[in-house]
Amino acid sequence: MESLYLLVPLSVALVFLIGALFWRALQGGQFDDLERPAHDVLADDDKSSP
Amino acid sequence: MALACFHCALPVLEPGRYRARLLGAERELCCAGCQAVAGTIGAAGLEGYYETRTREAAPLEPFARDIPEPRGNEAALILDRVRCAACLWLIESRLGSLPGVTRAQVNYATQRAHVAWDPARTGLREIVAAVRAVGYDAYPYESGRAEALQRREARAALWRLFVAGFGAMQGMMYAFPAYIEPVSGDTLELMRWAGLLITLPVLLIACRPFFEGALAELRNRRLGLETPIALGLGGGYAASAWATVAGTGAVYFDSVAMLAFLLLLARHAEGAARRRASRALDPLLVPAAAPLSPGDAVSVAPGARVPADGIVLEGRSSVDESLLTGESMPVVKQRGDALVGGSVNLEQPLSMRVTRAGADTHATAIARLVERAAAAKPRLVQAADRVGRALTGIVLVSAALAALAWRDVWVAVAILVATCPCAIALASPIVLTRAGSGLLRRGALLTRSQALETLGRVTDVVLDKTGTLTSGALSIRQTVLLGNESAARCASLAASLEATSRHPVARAFASFSAMEATAVKNHPGEGVEGAVAGKRLKIGSARFCGVPRQIEGERTVVYLADENGPLAAFVLEDPLRAGVAELVAFLRRRALTLHLLSGDREEVVARVAERCGISIACAGMTPQGKFDYVARLQQQGRVVAMIGDGLNDAPVLARADVSFALSCGADASQLQADVIVLSNRPASIAATWDLAARAMRLVRGSLAWALAYNALVLPAAALGLVGPWEAALGMGASSLLVLLNASRPLSARLPWNRSTSSSRSPSPSYS
Repeated sequence: MESLYLLVPLSVALVFLIGALFWRALQGGQFDDLERPAHDVLADDDKSSP
Repeated sequence: MALACFHCALPVLEPGRYRARLLGAERELCCAGCQAVAGTIGAAGLEGYYETRTREAAPLEPFARDIPEPRGNEAALILDRVRCAACLWLIESRLGSLPGVTRAQVNYATQRAHVAWDPARTGLREIVAAVRAVGYDAYPYESGRAEALQRREARAALWRLFVAGFGAMQGMMYAFPAYIEPVSGDTLELMRWAGLLITLPVLLIACRPFFEGALAELRNRRLGLETPIALGLGGGYAASAWATVAGTGAVYFDSVAMLAFLLLLARHAEGAARRRASRALDPLLVPAAAPLSPGDAVSVAPGARVPADGIVLEGRSSVDESLLTGESMPVVKQRGDALVGGSVNLEQPLSMRVTRAGADTHATAIARLVERAAAAKPRLVQAADRVGRALTGIVLVSAALAALAWRDVWVAVAILVATCPCAIALASPIVLTRAGSGLLRRGALLTRSQALETLGRVTDVVLDKTGTLTSGALSIRQTVLLGNESAARCASLAASLEATSRHPVARAFASFSAMEATAVKNHPGEGVEGAVAGKRLKIGSARFCGVPRQIEGERTVVYLADENGPLAAFVLEDPLRAGVAELVAFLRRRALTLHLLSGDREEVVARVAERCGISIACAGMTPQGKFDYVARLQQQGRVVAMIGDGLNDAPVLARADVSFALSCGADASQLQADVIVLSNRPASIAATWDLAARAMRLVRGSLAWALAYNALVLPAAALGLVGPWEAALGMGASSLLVLLNASRPLSARLPWNRSTSSSRSPSPSYS
């Protein structure tokens, strides 16, 4: 049971870390358009779209 | 089958004239425009477009509209003529390769492009020109500011949903061990502190809209839906936090987070449903690139939207007005015809003179009416809103009482959380918005949503004859020869006499060649006399022409006679409009009593009534008579729907409980009726009936569910039978259920639309 004293705070820290990562992805525009990037793989093009 | 253009799939009329080398072979193209576009695409190394596209490109013509150069170096462009994902890829790649463009992104969902550029090296004009060079069109979207705002809101909503969902998941991890077996003191305390920490952001970030809403309600001293939610969330968290710090009592962080998540999910679904429904109106409001004003001359390229209301100056083309009338068949327009802003020019370039632009256009008026209709709630929904507000008060009072009686804050929290007045308020706006845009697609413009409810109670339908059941255009059904002239000669003589007359009968002869008539004299109500080709002729009633009635019956008969006696009798008929028979059959299936009111003569009205199967027919009615007739029906307790043409029947339409006005080309925004039939097709009326019934069923279902749930759960929670987690689950689930119910399709069975539009006259020029 003593391991909980390490694991529970660790999981809390992890939750906040994941939250921060999601925040960054969100602000970076990752979720603005969920449709077009799926079509990008079909385009036979060397230049990657921005 | 003619050779099809490799770019836009129109037939190639001159094989070998326009060609381009694409995908390793010479391809035939239909015109110089397509050749230029295909050449640009090929030269830029973007031939991959032709491999991945799923639809051919929209036919095009070079576009000659000027783009104002904006300040700044960034813009959002609305893309037009986009057909599939390959189009967007093509635009993005082309923009990305332009010198001076620093960023180019195309959003698939909104079909908008965002570009940023170096002002020293290029400008918006060049960028739009590049989009046009590959065969599309782009309009700058208002400075991109509205866009940025919308994006920020969408991001914030997603962020809140994520925080609440993730917090609920993690909160459950720390609460869960205590649910299955007793946990010893220290570990329990650790778990509780972890829960407190995890739920804090849920409360501070995700629940902000609820607290802000409750605060606004408090400031306006108006009980609303947010108050109990905010109290439940805040109270639940505060009580749990106190129990954690004090080390005694129950802790329900998981329930608080779960409630927040479910509520946000419901709002998210609501917002999505609303946006989907209102997106139907977006194309009506496409802003013109340059501000237009009445009197301007504009050219409209094939495939482009007509930017404002106007009149065709030059050219002949077919125009798709389906957005405005629900009519899927293109309409042919030529010099002098009216063009409606928001419709799409399909074939040839047209030049037009603007008559109304910007906020005055027909399309904007329609969009405004639809929005107004969705905002004004039917009485049933208003009543439900009042019940919801009353329920909020009851909930707050009973929560306070229960907390005192039980001396337990958790009972109060359970009451606040479990009851869900919001389910009552949520459902109907979505259904109403969806009904409005759904009806618009079927060619009916709903101006008062109360009509949706009243339609279900209608017992009697009053129909007008001319312009509603019949088109009002008489045609010759039969020619009976009474003298020794040929039928063609008789018709020609009649046409000569009637050439100057404005009587409806005259129009029946309009298609025959007329000779010159002299000394024409009009005898109102009787006929016309005059001299044609040296003979004195009379046309009109049997008495006027001095001949004995040859043809008995209920039809309109016109006689032609010269000095020596009768020459011919023309049996005229006002044909039923297409779809009338189906509409009458539909109304009869609904066991409605049908009344036909007309100002026309007894026999004519009786015949029309018989032809379309209406049992009660009244002829010779004045507008006042029609009004009294409807009023009399209403005094007998009948609920009356009136179908008429919006101009002549305006007072009767206003008197009826529900009114349908056929627009007959009149300005829709001027018509006073609950439902304006923009398509002018009887089928749209049947579709309205069906859709209204379904929409009201959805509203009633949602309200019944929400009321029953609340009536059941309030006493149970007050008796302490409902724990906080059950309460949170119950409330979230009931909101979601109501929302899902409200999102069910409105058009399960609507054969009207398809069958009627496909049975109409063939497309004018698509081969």
